[in-house]
Amino acid sequence: MKIHEYQAKDLFKQYGINVPSSVLCERKEDIEECINNISPPCVIKAQIHSGARGKAGGVKIAKDYKSAVEYAQTILGSELTSSQAGTKKVNKILIEKAVEIDKEIYLSLTFDRTSECIALIVSPQGGMDIEETARNNPEKIYTLLIKDDFNPEPVMRNLGFNTEITNKICETAKKIYKLLVEKDILLAEINPLVITKNGDVTAVDAKINFDDNALFRHEDILSLKDEKEENPYELEAQKYGLNYIKLNGTIGCMVNGAGLAMATMDVIKLSGKSAANFLDVGGGAGSDKIEKAFKLLISDKDLEAVFINIFGGILRCDFLAEGIKNAIQTLKIKCPVIIRMEGTNKEQGIEILNNSGLRFTIVKDLNEASEVIKKL
Amino acid sequence: MSIFINKSTKLIIQGITGKEGSFHAKSCQEYGTKLIGGVTPNKGGSEILNVPVFNTVKEAVKELMPDASMIFVPARFAANAIIEAAEAGIKLIVCITEGIPVYDTLNAKKAVTLNGARLIGPNCPGLISPEESKIGIMPSSIHKKGNVGVVSRSGTLTYEAVYQLTQLGIGQSTCIGIGGDPVIGTGFIDVLEAFQNDNETEVICLIGEIGGNAEEEAAEYIKQYVTKPVVSFIAGLSAPAGKRMGHAGAIISGSKGTASSKMQALTSAGVKVCSNPANIGITIKQILENN
Repeated sequence: MKIHEYQAKDLFKQYGINVPSSVLCERKEDIEECINNISPPCVIKAQIHSGARGKAGGVKIAKDYKSAVEYAQTILGSELTSSQAGTKKVNKILIEKAVEIDKEIYLSLTFDRTSECIALIVSPQGGMDIEETARNNPEKIYTLLIKDDFNPEPVMRNLGFNTEITNKICETAKKIYKLLVEKDILLAEINPLVITKNGDVTAVDAKINFDDNALFRHEDILSLKDEKEENPYELEAQKYGLNYIKLNGTIGCMVNGAGLAMATMDVIKLSGKSAANFLDVGGGAGSDKIEKAFKLLISDKDLEAVFINIFGGILRCDFLAEGIKNAIQTLKIKCPVIIRMEGTNKEQGIEILNNSGLRFTIVKDLNEASEVIKKL
Repeated sequence: MSIFINKSTKLIIQGITGKEGSFHAKSCQEYGTKLIGGVTPNKGGSEILNVPVFNTVKEAVKELMPDASMIFVPARFAANAIIEAAEAGIKLIVCITEGIPVYDTLNAKKAVTLNGARLIGPNCPGLISPEESKIGIMPSSIHKKGNVGVVSRSGTLTYEAVYQLTQLGIGQSTCIGIGGDPVIGTGFIDVLEAFQNDNETEVICLIGEIGGNAEEEAAEYIKQYVTKPVVSFIAGLSAPAGKRMGHAGAIISGSKGTASSKMQALTSAGVKVCSNPANIGITIKQILENN
């Protein structure tokens, strides 16, 4: 789960990490008052779940009151498009006191899959995309794999600050580490972490990703979820316990199991088309869940066809067939439906479909499915 | 031979009285797995499927001396269930449960290592040595005894590959789903090593997916140590970056963990990589015929 920058900064504050003073503004009529509270120079920042907000025009530095109001008016309520997150409406802006920057660094703590521990990553190239730094100046990235006790000092020395500043950066890293462990965070990134002209260390940006599987024990974090940031179809799917991701193609697909669902998308791609979605109905779905999944699937307007690929192990093919039949009978579906079923009670499943009076293309394996998709 | 489990492997199930637990316990028992007991707190002293139920793994171990435990405990308790099994002295722990927090799995893994046990999963379908023993949730009927070792991060995609093999008359030595989480117990390399050392296994089928770099590390290992032919498929060539594709571990982060990087690494290690999942079975057949 992702949260907004302002929410991440609230968490930082709770853990004693310095952040610039700021106010959150959600209504245009409040803009002037909010800016008065902060007193420019300030930074106006769109609160959307996306990286590269600056490039999309969602972050502006205002030298005076007039320009601050102008920027805030423009950004709040606007739609921002970034390569990472597509187009999103800005419902909230953060108005933040500008800090006097001496140096900017990159600092993150993240769960590292390869070494199976938390990794501290720092770089003197603050404010830049870390992947870009990794490509162009890999020698400017310092990593510490935290196996036992966390002692960031030797790594921080590489940044070339004096002892006082180095210690302050180490303290910040330790506080973030504590936050990470206590709140089941998989990534906490500060880019940039600013060393001000006064010698203070302050987090000018904040990005946090939580472990979804651990949210059951963090009700405070769960309450930070902003449903407006989620795709409405994906939200609907979550309610039914379905794994659904909206994609850009024209072939709707419904599969059981994540691996097979990905492989099915690949088969569609190899057949010259692309998937409109990823939909994993899970291992033990009954006919009711299948019906809901199918409705969700075809609520996508631009489908050229639907491809259902089920390998029934726990999921029985006759349940699946009942679910599809019920869904198609209640909804008017114009596009072709291609079905591949294998496994438990396959024959009964096919019989149900054949006796339904509805039209399907039943294929025997992935190769045949691919041939049918090619001819669409 | 098969790897990790065979006819004589004695199994207990943690969470045996639950809906999932009892369903799959029965299926394993019917397959011929030596199911000797189960564990459910507060249900000790009762019986299910003609085997005794205990309150703790420790009690079950004392009475029954099992070789393996399969876990169906809900996600928030599952990591502790793994630790309980490891500390009770069980040497093979198969955790089916999906949705365990990453840091919990890490903790459990430490206990597993400390006690010299092997963990398979979590978030996996388990393993099967066809016609010998099944400790998992896979449909029994699609398997056939033979000489192909199958290892995979996925469930149903493994069934797909196994089904293709069996349809072509090709059997399997052991099929293992290692799990779709970012942190898992037994990885590709452990299984590759076991298959390489197993006389019965002639060809290895490795099914990977986007996310992490386990396939790249496997490729490196294959290059150095595996002399048996390896056939592979990597799911997610068409998956977008930054989206978690169902499995907690299946995510392309930035430019890391793409299917093409994995396919390249495996190809350069001499692995025959199928770009189409429909061709896994036939590719293995051709290799067996040429050998």
